[in-house]
Order: sequence, then structure tokens, then C-alpha cells
Amino acid sequence: MSEHHAKPTGITRWLFTTNHKDIGTLYLWFAFIMFFIGGGMAMVIRAELLQPGMQVVDPLFFNTMTTMHGLIMVFGAVMPAMVGFANWMIPMMIGAPDMALPRMNNWSFWILPFAGTMLISTLFMEGGGPAFGWTFYAPLSTTFAPQSTDFFIFAVHLLGFSSIMGAINIIATILNMRAPGMTLMKMPLFVWTWLITAFLLIAVMPVLAGAVTMMLTDRNFGTSFFDAAGGGDPVLFQHVFWFFGHPEVYIMILPAFGIVSHIIPTFARKKLFGYASMVYAVAAIAFLSFIVWAHHMFTVGMPVAGELYFTYATIMIAVPTAVKVFNWTATMWRGSMTFETPMLWAVAFVFLFTIGGFTGLMLGMAPADFQYHDTYFVVAHFHYVLVTGAVFGIIAGAYFWLPKWTGHMYDEKLGKMHFWLSVISVNILFFPQHFLGLAGMPRRIPDYAVQFAEFNFMSSIGGFAFGLSQLLFLYVVIKCIRGGEKATDEVWDNPDGLEWTTPSPAPYHTFETAPEIK
Amino acid sequence: MPVSKITKKLANFICISMAVVPSLVFADYKLNMTQSVTAVGNDIYNLHMLVLWIVTVVGVIVFGVIIYSLINHRKSKGVMPASFDESSTVEFIWTIIPFIILVGLAVPATKTLLKIEDTSNPDLTIKATGWQWKWEYEYLDNGVRFFSNIDKTSNDARQRNSGTDPYSVKNYLLNVDNPVVVPVNKKIRILTTSNDVIHSWWVPDLAIKRDAIPGYINESWFKAEKIGVYRGQCAELCGQDHGFMPIVVHVVAENDYNEWVVKQKKLAATSAASANKIWSQAELMKRGQEVYSASCAACHQANGQGISGVFPAIAGSKIVTGTLDGHIKIVAKGKPGTAMQAFGTQLSVGDIAAVVTFERNAFGNDTGDVVQPSQISRQASGGLNHE
Ligand SMILES: [Cu+2]
Repeated sequence: MSEHHAKPTGITRWLFTTNHKDIGTLYLWFAFIMFFIGGGMAMVIRAELLQPGMQVVDPLFFNTMTTMHGLIMVFGAVMPAMVGFANWMIPMMIGAPDMALPRMNNWSFWILPFAGTMLISTLFMEGGGPAFGWTFYAPLSTTFAPQSTDFFIFAVHLLGFSSIMGAINIIATILNMRAPGMTLMKMPLFVWTWLITAFLLIAVMPVLAGAVTMMLTDRNFGTSFFDAAGGGDPVLFQHVFWFFGHPEVYIMILPAFGIVSHIIPTFARKKLFGYASMVYAVAAIAFLSFIVWAHHMFTVGMPVAGELYFTYATIMIAVPTAVKVFNWTATMWRGSMTFETPMLWAVAFVFLFTIGGFTGLMLGMAPADFQYHDTYFVVAHFHYVLVTGAVFGIIAGAYFWLPKWTGHMYDEKLGKMHFWLSVISVNILFFPQHFLGLAGMPRRIPDYAVQFAEFNFMSSIGGFAFGLSQLLFLYVVIKCIRGGEKATDEVWDNPDGLEWTTPSPAPYHTFETAPEIK
Repeated sequence: MPVSKITKKLANFICISMAVVPSLVFADYKLNMTQSVTAVGNDIYNLHMLVLWIVTVVGVIVFGVIIYSLINHRKSKGVMPASFDESSTVEFIWTIIPFIILVGLAVPATKTLLKIEDTSNPDLTIKATGWQWKWEYEYLDNGVRFFSNIDKTSNDARQRNSGTDPYSVKNYLLNVDNPVVVPVNKKIRILTTSNDVIHSWWVPDLAIKRDAIPGYINESWFKAEKIGVYRGQCAELCGQDHGFMPIVVHVVAENDYNEWVVKQKKLAATSAASANKIWSQAELMKRGQEVYSASCAACHQANGQGISGVFPAIAGSKIVTGTLDGHIKIVAKGKPGTAMQAFGTQLSVGDIAAVVTFERNAFGNDTGDVVQPSQISRQASGGLNHE
């Protein structure tokens, strides 16, 4: 690394950078932009669903919006944000000077803007963008899909390359570059969750690539992997997709577990309860995530033995998940808590993610799932997990580490306002969707019977408020970058971890000599 | 939407928010899972309530502890942090308790599932085939067969900015032209399959949701214990008009069901007879427009312009203004690998003659051709066989 001491300037600094902090910043900004684009699409969806009848868009474009919203939020916002945190924080947490493979790091980021642009450009192509849901079930996504689907496939391939390279880099960094004395069981939890997440990524992104490649050849080269008329099997697509898709859910949530496991002890002024069991629980969840995929497909007509197996395996995930929630609770118990903005988000995460976990348990029971499946109950469930889970974790982490990144304290008053606006509106947005699903409203419909009108109206109002509240977040972040009260090195009250031993803002190069771990 | 309506909605919204919070999830039908009219559906409902109560109790305890801690264990109250950070006993207990609860849940879940999947000895079997975007029903025991589309009133009202208030339409989006009719207290087996993409046949009151997948025939069953009309929708995203392919099941007394079957058979006979009649151009155009709105307009659009890059236009189409044979063939047999279905299996020969005549003379296609049902029978006889 010795040749990198001078800090380059201008656009080339960002284009050619191999610095983990710069690349982390790029990832975070990319994710932030995508969060607003995907969020804008959610606003279109909620505007159409504000009242019964079709007013804003046509049904086909509505389907395009639900599809692109899902794809952009998953692959463009949540995943890159988590990689951004990994880039910034993992080297600083393990006392390493940079990531193990800095040039590949540059490449894995710079693929993203191209993949993202390609994906979004499908909206402007003849025939419109992908309109088959983010799960792109065949044959709707093969025989019956618009021309632009081939660009979607290419974009998914690129996103997959980026994720796999990012994951390899993270594993190589964690396994090889820890400061002397930092054994695996001394690693901070964020590092642990990302190590496990990276293995999940390497295991399942190639499966996704396989699925889209089979789609590509079905569409263009006359194969029939998923075409029943040619001897193929549309259900095979779902098995392959969910073998990727279920671990994918944990790829998005595990790093958030890690972030929250740093924030709660810091503001409770007490060590994390059950460090070892936290690590084992994350590992157990990751393992289970590989053997439960078909619980997304109980209605495809599996044999009863299969339905029983997938029910039992799925509800078992409740055990390690409960352990994590209990550990966070025990960490707060008899602590000496204060409620700065990151802590508020983390506490909300514990409450609201748990609600998502509860509905997950309900959905895991095959007989009940026959009523819940493909309704708004499912939509409510995964938004509790992904918005009030993963996204709240990301926002919590951003407030927690912003002072370290920028050297300034963010505006505490505005941060708290952002929190309260978000936490109230997000529940008005998603909680009524449980009722809609139970009352019989299918998901992915652009218009609905009038008995669903009240809760949809409520949900849309919550949605607009939640969307607008995030503009406040953007303002707080920009304000914090541009100035503010000077942050101390420790930032918080005696926090645990190597990142707090560096100056604020963290200098361009940290830990060029490895620190000593007691 | 007019301002007064928005204020009304806001008022409703506030009322509901205030009502929901204290009464929680259990009070109102609209807040909770539909209580079904089948025994198995009741088991499902009870299982749902059991899990809901368990997670509610667990939630109250865990959230109660956290809230107690948030209130009492704060620095501003002068609390010094405790120093414990591990306890094998506690950790063992709180791992084993969820495990025991889950085993307790697995038992009723298994029992219910075994009942759901027992499709043996049905009294009546109906095959439901999903099409973009309608259902086809075939009663395997007596040969009754028909298509079921969303009703015209809903379909007109749901067009973008139609000017029709959905509240003024009875059973908006949940009504069909031809409902399924079944006898009460009989075990009805539903076979689901699809002609194009994956659909899902769902009626909440009957507690059935089963995917309709091309190349597969899935089985499910219900035994409705109460006479009534039960409504549902396609539950699997199946393209543009996924939201507009409802399902309506009339559960009736056995006598009424038998009468209905007789009537259906008469209707089929009348329709077959019309194949030999000679129609005037005006009659064909009128009927053709009706068929076009019901079967063609979803893709080719009411104005015949299609959607660029997705669905070809009828106006000025080479096929429509070309040879009669080519036009009839594509309508009757469809175009494999595209959304263009084989309408020979769906429409009567009279209706095909009418819609072909209509397409050849509407949207500026003025070919002047008149097609009679007798021409279709010869032309499309291959396509009229049902698989
Ligand atoms: Cu459908």
C-alpha cells in the first residue's frame, strides 16, 4: 500500500480509487440514490392504490413499478448499502490498513452504476420494462415477457459479479488481515455477520446467475428449461429462484443484526449479552436459510411430505432468531441507557423486526399459508423485515458512524425528528397491510374491491409520509458532511471497538501499523 | 377526487386508527382472516388464531420487558450499568422454550395439512384452467364447460379514468359473467392447470389457494357447508390484467345444481345450432364488437391500436387486412409462444365469425368482408377440438 500515500483529487480520485473508505463512500451514495429511485416507484404504487379505480397509471406500468421497486431496493439499495458499511468499517474494526484485494474492490463497485443504469433503462424501451415481479417467475418472464427482459438478465449477471467479488474480498480481508491477537471469537459482531453473509453470497449468487441464464436461453436459443410445452418445468424455476432467494433475505438482514449488536451495547453502556450465542445464532440462521426455500411455494402442489418438511424446517428458524432478540433485550436490561438517534433506530429495529419475525412464523405453517400466500399479509411481513429491519439497521448504522466518517456530529434534533416521523409513518404504511391480506386482498394488483379501500388509503398516506421523511435524512447527512459540532475520536460514551481509537474524521489511511489486541 | 371525499376519507382514517389500536386484531371480520364455510377452513382459521395468540403473548412479554427496561434503566435516572454479559442457564432456557412452543405448533399444523391434502373420493370434479385473464371451467362428470370473465360493469369501471365510481358498481372487481355452480355439502375436487402463465385459484371462504401451472394438474378440494356466493381472485401475478380475473362460486342446493346443469347443456346445444345460421353484416358487427371487448381489447386495446412493442395493433394489421384464411387461423389457433391465445377452443364458431368480421371492418380496416359461421367450421375445425 505504500505507493498510495498521496491522496488524489478530482474525479479520478473516485474513478480509480482503491481506498476502502472511498469505495465505501461510493457504495453508500449509490445505495442512497437507488433508495430514492426505488422509493419514488413505491410512491407511484401507493398513489395508484390510494383509492379504488384506476387513476394514475395503466395496469402494465403498475406491474413494472412493483417489479422495478423490488429489484432496485434489493439489488440497488439494501445490498450495496451493506457492502458500503463493510468497506468502511471492516478494515477499521479488525485493525487492517485496507481491504485484501483493493483493485478488485474498485471494480466490484464500478460495475454497479452500469448495471443499475441498464436495469433502469429498460423502462424506456419499446414494450416497457420487466413487469413480472421481482421474483420473475417463468413462463411470465420468458415466453410472455417484453424484449427488455434480456437487458434485465444482463443487469442481474453484472450485479451478481459485483456481489461475488465483493464477498470474496470481504472473506479474504477478514480471514487474512486481522490485527495480531484478534481471534475469530474476538471479532466484532458486525464483522462476524458479514463473514457469514459473504459465504451466503458466494453460495447463492451463482444459482441466481444460473436461473437467469436458463431464462436467457429459453428466450433466445430455443431451450425449454422452464417451458412445459417443450418438456421443461415452470416449477423448477421457482425451486432454483428460492434456493437463491431465501438466503438472499438473510444476506440483507444479517449485517443489520451486526450493526444493531454494536449500537445497543454502546448506548446501554454494557457489554453485549451472549456474544458467543449471537455468533452461533447467526451461523444457525445462515445454515437453516439453505434448507427452507420451498416455504415460498407451498401452493405449487408439493407432495404432503415436502410441505411438512418445509414447515418444520422453517419454523425452526424462530429459535435462533428468538435467541438474538432475547440477547438484545438482556443487553438493555439494567444498562444505563441514553437515547441518541442511532439508539432510537436500533430499539425500533428490535421491536419492529420482531413483528416481522412473528408473521414469518405464521407464514411458515403450510396450512395457514394457503390463506396468507400471495396476499398483502406477505407484503406486510417482508416490509417489516426489510424496511423496519434491514433499512432501519442501515439508517441506525449511518447515524452511528457518520461522526467517524465526517468528523462532525450530525444534527441530533433533526435526527430525532427523522426517527419519529419515520417510525410513526412506517407503521401507518405497513401495519394495515396485515389486515388487507387477512381480509383477502391479493398482492400485486393495481386496483381492488371497495371493501379494501379504507386500509389502502391509510397505507398510502403512511407511505407518502414515510417517503417524504427520508428527504429529511438526506438533508441531515449533507448538513453533517458540510459541518457541525466537531466529533471526538470516541464520538460516543466509551464505545467498544478499534474504529473508535482512530481520529474523527478517520484519516485516509488507518492502521498502517497493526494495533495490539489484548 | 373531490375535496369533500378526501376529508371524508381522512375522517374515516382517523376513526379507524383510533378503533384499531385498542381493540387490536381480534374484533372485526375485516381485520382478521376470513372464517371459512368448510370444516378444513375452520381448522386453518383455528391454527391461524393459535399462532396469532402465541405470538401476541410472546410479544407482550418480550416487549413488556424491553419497555420496562427502556423506562427504568436509563442513565438519566442515575442507574449504573450492571456487568453481567453471559449466563449459560438463562441462554439454555430461552433456547429450549421456543423449541417446545414450535413442537406444540407443529402438531395441529400437521393434522390440518393431512386433511387438506386428502383429495380422495370426490363427489364432483371440476377442472379450472387459467388463461390470461379469465378462468375456464370444465365439469369432468357431466361435460359442462364454460369461460368465466370479469363482469362487464366492473371491467368498464376499472378502465383508467372511466368516470364510473367503483362504489356504484356492485361487487366491484369481484363479479363474473359465468360463475361456478356447485352443490352444498358435497366434496368438490378442483383440478387446476393453466394454458399460458402461472395463475392461482383462490377463494378465501372455501380456504383453497392452489396454483394453476402450465403442464401441471394440481388437486385441491372443498366441501361447502353453507349455501351462498363466495368470491375470490387470481392470486399469482399473471401479467397485465392479473387484478381482473375474479372467481365466483355459487354454492346451491342439490336440486338447483341439477337444474343448472340441464340449463347449461341446453345453452351449449343452442350455440352449436347457431353455427348453421346465416347472419347479416350488421348482426355480425354488433356481436363482433361485444366479443372483441370481452376477449381481444385487453391486449389489442379498445381502439385497436395495441400497445407498441407488446401487443400488435389490429388497425391496419397485415394479418387482418390480408387473406381471410390467415386471419381466421390466427384467431382460432393463436400464435404459440406469445400471448395470442387459440380462441378456437374458447369461442363458438358464431362468435369467431362475428369477431373476424368486426376486425376486418372496424378501425379503418374497411375490407368489406363478411364471414359466416359455416366458413369457420371448415376453416378451424382442427382448433375447435378441445385438448
Ligand atoms: Cu391469473
